[in-house]
Amino acid sequence: MKLKQLSLFLENKPGALSRPMRLLARAKFNILTLSIAEANQFGILRLILRDWEAAKKLLEKNGFVVRVTDMVAVQVSDQPGGLSKILDLLEKARINVEFMYAFTEKRENKAVLVFRFDDPDNAIKILRQRKVNVVASVDLLKQAEAI
Amino acid sequence: MKKNHPARFHPVSAPDFLPLEQLQGLQLHRLQGMVQRAYDHVPLFHQRMAERDLKPADVNSLADVTKLPFTVKTDLRDTYPFGLFASPMRDIVRLHASTGTTGKPIVVAYTKEDIGVWENVIMRSFAACGLHAGDVIQNAYGYGLFTGGLGAHYGGEALGATVIPISGGNTQRQLMVMKDFGSTAICCTPSYFLHLLEQATEFGVNFKELPLRAGVFGAEPWTESMRRRIEAESGIKAYDIYGLSEIIGPGVAMECECQVGPHIFEDWFYPEILDFKTGKPVTDGEEGELVLTTLGKQAMPMIRYRTRDITALTTGRCECGRTLRRIQRIGRRSDDMFIIRGVNVYPSQIETALLKVEGTLPHYQIILTREKGLDEVEVQVEVTREVFGDTVGALEQVQRRLCQSVETLTGLRVGVRMVQPQTIQRSEGKAKRVIDQRKM
Repeated sequence: MKLKQLSLFLENKPGALSRPMRLLARAKFNILTLSIAEANQFGILRLILRDWEAAKKLLEKNGFVVRVTDMVAVQVSDQPGGLSKILDLLEKARINVEFMYAFTEKRENKAVLVFRFDDPDNAIKILRQRKVNVVASVDLLKQAEAI
Repeated sequence: MKKNHPARFHPVSAPDFLPLEQLQGLQLHRLQGMVQRAYDHVPLFHQRMAERDLKPADVNSLADVTKLPFTVKTDLRDTYPFGLFASPMRDIVRLHASTGTTGKPIVVAYTKEDIGVWENVIMRSFAACGLHAGDVIQNAYGYGLFTGGLGAHYGGEALGATVIPISGGNTQRQLMVMKDFGSTAICCTPSYFLHLLEQATEFGVNFKELPLRAGVFGAEPWTESMRRRIEAESGIKAYDIYGLSEIIGPGVAMECECQVGPHIFEDWFYPEILDFKTGKPVTDGEEGELVLTTLGKQAMPMIRYRTRDITALTTGRCECGRTLRRIQRIGRRSDDMFIIRGVNVYPSQIETALLKVEGTLPHYQIILTREKGLDEVEVQVEVTREVFGDTVGALEQVQRRLCQSVETLTGLRVGVRMVQPQTIQRSEGKAKRVIDQRKM
């Protein structure tokens, strides 16, 4: 139901992003999607990958601080208002979105977004009640692989 | 894996338990001998006594020590290399040199007798923390001109323990030897031990499964929080040993199994605590500069040597029964202090501030710079798993709280920069906490 996201601390300086990327590339980890948050002096890299446990181990062994968080993947129709509809639902249910980003690939006019909520279980419950397609992680990975 | 050894009394520790009256009698007797020796053989001391119109015969009680002139580090430098020796070279069997925490080297000398005293206090140090024949001591203090390595070495051998003279550095080999040789004790700087702990997982070593049970840590200021972290993460007991080359090397004072501050081996080293500015004795139990007088050093008597180390004497009786007084852990040296925008700051204050926010002490470094005539302080703190989340806000909040905590404790506004773990240089000797890049 929930998707595991790895987040990494990065210093704001040249090469900071390429080091973890090189590590993952050498070990043949494929990144399904990612996002970067930036502050003045540092950044946070967020990654979703299939074999997150092994990736976490590899990164930690190389000195990175890695945090695992639960994300919620939601399928939305790829047309004007697709996201807006879901955000309306969340607003009505008074659920706060910490941040979100998207999967780059889409199929059959559907896009997949990943949300970070304070209370993911509650958010999933409410989204399901409102008939929103919350993607189970297995399906999602299958989907990503099929592309 | 960690065997609990019953406390055994080693006869070498007998002087630790001397009744006060006998101890003081011995101290006075030895002090008088020392003053006479320095007066007869060290021109600088003779001259200073003459300036004060003093003769060795004026020392009639321990209290009279306060009449005597001080010795300071620059005296050793000014008379470099051999100027303070009280023995001819033919009687000197060993030389050591200290790079010092500050600046140029100083040279110290030992007669055969002095080496015997040193061996004695190191044996008593190891015995005080429960080590004895049968223990395997991994001696990771540097061998060479530095007193740490050889000092601990001979005391360990004399005790009958197995000494592994591995010296400092080469972390991977340290871990391998510790595991394969079954070391039960290690001697090194506390910061180097933390470094070993950090590297252990990578090399497949779990400290809690090793027979290692005691760490004899010294040669740099450390804190109670470091002790807690070391003990929790490694399952060993961490003991504080104190010493300095000018006096003898390690073994001037050592903690017993109660771990309540190092006992000074007072039968060989006479302690005073003086107000740092006025040079007058502080009231009992108050903080000040530790001043030491050697009571048995033949080659190089040190009379009222100003250590620059800040501590207090604890007078209350220790549960172990030793009559020797204790010093509080030395968390700071007057040399480590830096002055920024007119405020005196010790690294230990910054450390306390970081600890308050994070719960455990992160690796940190203090960078001093000067921009357009203005001093700036930046505290670089390695991000730890405990404080790191996936949102920018959470980390910025940690940063803000660190700034506030430092400001509350020091009165200084500082910049706090979070840096990648493992990027602040680990030292294999004394940890370098302050990098002063100011061009004066």
